[in-house]
Amino acid sequence: MKATPTVLDPSGFELPAADRRWLRWTIYIGYVALTAGIFHGLAQALSYANIDILKFFPGLKGYYQGLTAHGVANALVFTFAFSNGFLPLMTARALSRPLVGWLTAAVFVVLLAGNLLVIYAVVTNQASVLYTSYAPLQAHWTYYLGLVLVVVSTWLALANMLVVYRGWRRANPGARVPLLAYISVVSYVMWFLASLPIATSFLGFLLPWSLGLMEKVDPLLTRTLFWFTGHAIVYAWLLPAYVSWYALVPRQAGGRLISDSYTRIVFILFLLLSIPTGFHHQYTDPGIPEAIKAVHAVLTFGVFFPSLATAFSVVAALEIGGRSRGGRGLLGWVTKLPWGDPSLAAQMLAMLTFVLGGVSGLINASFTMNQVIHNTTWVPGHFHLTVGSAVTLTHMGVAFWLVPYLTGRGLWSRGQALTSAWVYTIGVLIFARGMIAAGLEGMPRRTFRVAMTYSNPAWDFGGMLTGIGGTLMFFGIAQFFIVIAMTALSGPRGAHPRDVPVSETLTAPAATGWERHLDRIGLWVAVTIALCVIAYGPFLAMYLPARLVSPGFRLF
Amino acid sequence: MKVHTYERAFLWLGALTLVACMAALVYGSLGLGLHLPTRGGEIDPQQVGATPPFDAPGVRQTGPNRYEVVVVGRIWSFAPAAIEIPAGADIEFTMTTPDVIHGFHIEGTRVNLMLIPGQITRARYRFERPGEYAILCHEYCGVGHHTMNAKVVVK
Repeated sequence: MKATPTVLDPSGFELPAADRRWLRWTIYIGYVALTAGIFHGLAQALSYANIDILKFFPGLKGYYQGLTAHGVANALVFTFAFSNGFLPLMTARALSRPLVGWLTAAVFVVLLAGNLLVIYAVVTNQASVLYTSYAPLQAHWTYYLGLVLVVVSTWLALANMLVVYRGWRRANPGARVPLLAYISVVSYVMWFLASLPIATSFLGFLLPWSLGLMEKVDPLLTRTLFWFTGHAIVYAWLLPAYVSWYALVPRQAGGRLISDSYTRIVFILFLLLSIPTGFHHQYTDPGIPEAIKAVHAVLTFGVFFPSLATAFSVVAALEIGGRSRGGRGLLGWVTKLPWGDPSLAAQMLAMLTFVLGGVSGLINASFTMNQVIHNTTWVPGHFHLTVGSAVTLTHMGVAFWLVPYLTGRGLWSRGQALTSAWVYTIGVLIFARGMIAAGLEGMPRRTFRVAMTYSNPAWDFGGMLTGIGGTLMFFGIAQFFIVIAMTALSGPRGAHPRDVPVSETLTAPAATGWERHLDRIGLWVAVTIALCVIAYGPFLAMYLPARLVSPGFRLF
Repeated sequence: MKVHTYERAFLWLGALTLVACMAALVYGSLGLGLHLPTRGGEIDPQQVGATPPFDAPGVRQTGPNRYEVVVVGRIWSFAPAAIEIPAGADIEFTMTTPDVIHGFHIEGTRVNLMLIPGQITRARYRFERPGEYAILCHEYCGVGHHTMNAKVVVK
């Protein structure tokens, strides 16, 4: 069978130096945020093990200030900074066209400005509301405005991608969109749609309320708008990792992606089903009819399906790689994969941990079963196996070729890079095991255990594992940061990859027939909006207008 | 579009597993009568202390072996701090908060709820075993969050 490229120009592509610089600095913001966030991550994990290290944090006014910093830096800034650099690069590479220079620069500037505002609010302890920002806890206006700017930076990155995409479509009428560009654009289009409710909440309510322009807000409505965005946001973190798994990892493993159409269908399913599922985060909330929660439960089970399909497709691509390297037998190909390549190893470890993340997520989605684990440490146990492992480890793996590619310097130390991924993986598995076990015993999440006025010995074992695992995670990320910083500062010049590692597919995109409709992103956006109207329309129609009942509380 | 036989089998198996899980949830909800909270009424959070039944939180008998438990969660305590009820009775919880969002989790049970300003949270439960159950606030509600707890005493 003849293999086909997923990019327009398989021979190579020269990224303009200006693009290279802005993309590099954009993702650096993410690595700095990741590293800044893990210090309090360590303090939290140790707190669950009943060890208090907060006294060693000068300037920190309390546990929840640090917890806010951890969530914002690691879940929001790290992830979107990476995507803001990675997805436009993938689009430009796949279509062999340059990015729009001023937009690439604007993404960096707006993201940085947003970060500075959030840092000001959090560091001065005027925003200890945690990243979920539940009203009527009220933060300083700079916090809300800063987060809005972080979101605006993602819109600018998408605008950049769409300009490149449309330019290519005009120049190539009727041609199938190269797969890597297609899945990159669909990922951020999904996020753009998903971000509109939280933008409405922040710009329409929380920001004017924090400025004193509005006296009271509606806690249930703003919380609902948060989760309208808030489930899809985890897919916005995950899909860039999937872009790497589908379109880059097979090449790195010496394999090929099995199907072009199948991959597009998976991304369309994520576009359709990521957003209309948010009420499964609000199963235990009052004020929302049980029947609507049931609809969201079914849709949440639906969004599990494209992840199942991904599991098959990605492992099949790895198997092709393993067998082409001489692997034999049912599982012999696994050992033949290039585990010594830190970029590939980190991403394969990401996939392994994500199996557990997916299964624990299905339990969260399981309607009344959610009452057993809601708001216990089970939940952060779960999402450290998704965003905290699948996404983080994939971003680490990608960084091991991306930073060299963008800086023109080779990876500083292959051994250290490899070690950082393994230490982090072992750490997150121990950590999540502890969080999940203690969560089943009712240990509350987002709670400063060291200072609790109640206790439960059933939490001790899980808490201890949490502390041990969290410590290993801390050292894994610290080592990752050293590898990246040393690569950027003193990696061997010229020893860098010259191109993005783009895979070929076994089956080419069809030139005729129904599969051409897969490329009509506008059509799928319309279907997505229809599904969101079905999922959220009845509640909003029944509930609105907003109940402006709560003044702000600053309890930190 | 060609789909490999193994892949087809894998996807069918996955889909059927998902359907089986959903069937179990339907059975749990409709067959066993396990429910999630639904719309339970609204209240002005700034008038909680003056609005019945929240002006007098506590336990009251509403019928043979039926009790209503009225709870107000506020920074950083629950009223009442100790709920005394008999084993095997049908308990109806009616709860709200005058300030920020709180959690209400009776440890070891599926009574796991949110208190949201402006909304009234309702739930039913029956404690079969006598004993003491901890109630924890499991939603961050400010600097004193980790001190917010109460208990249920089942006799």
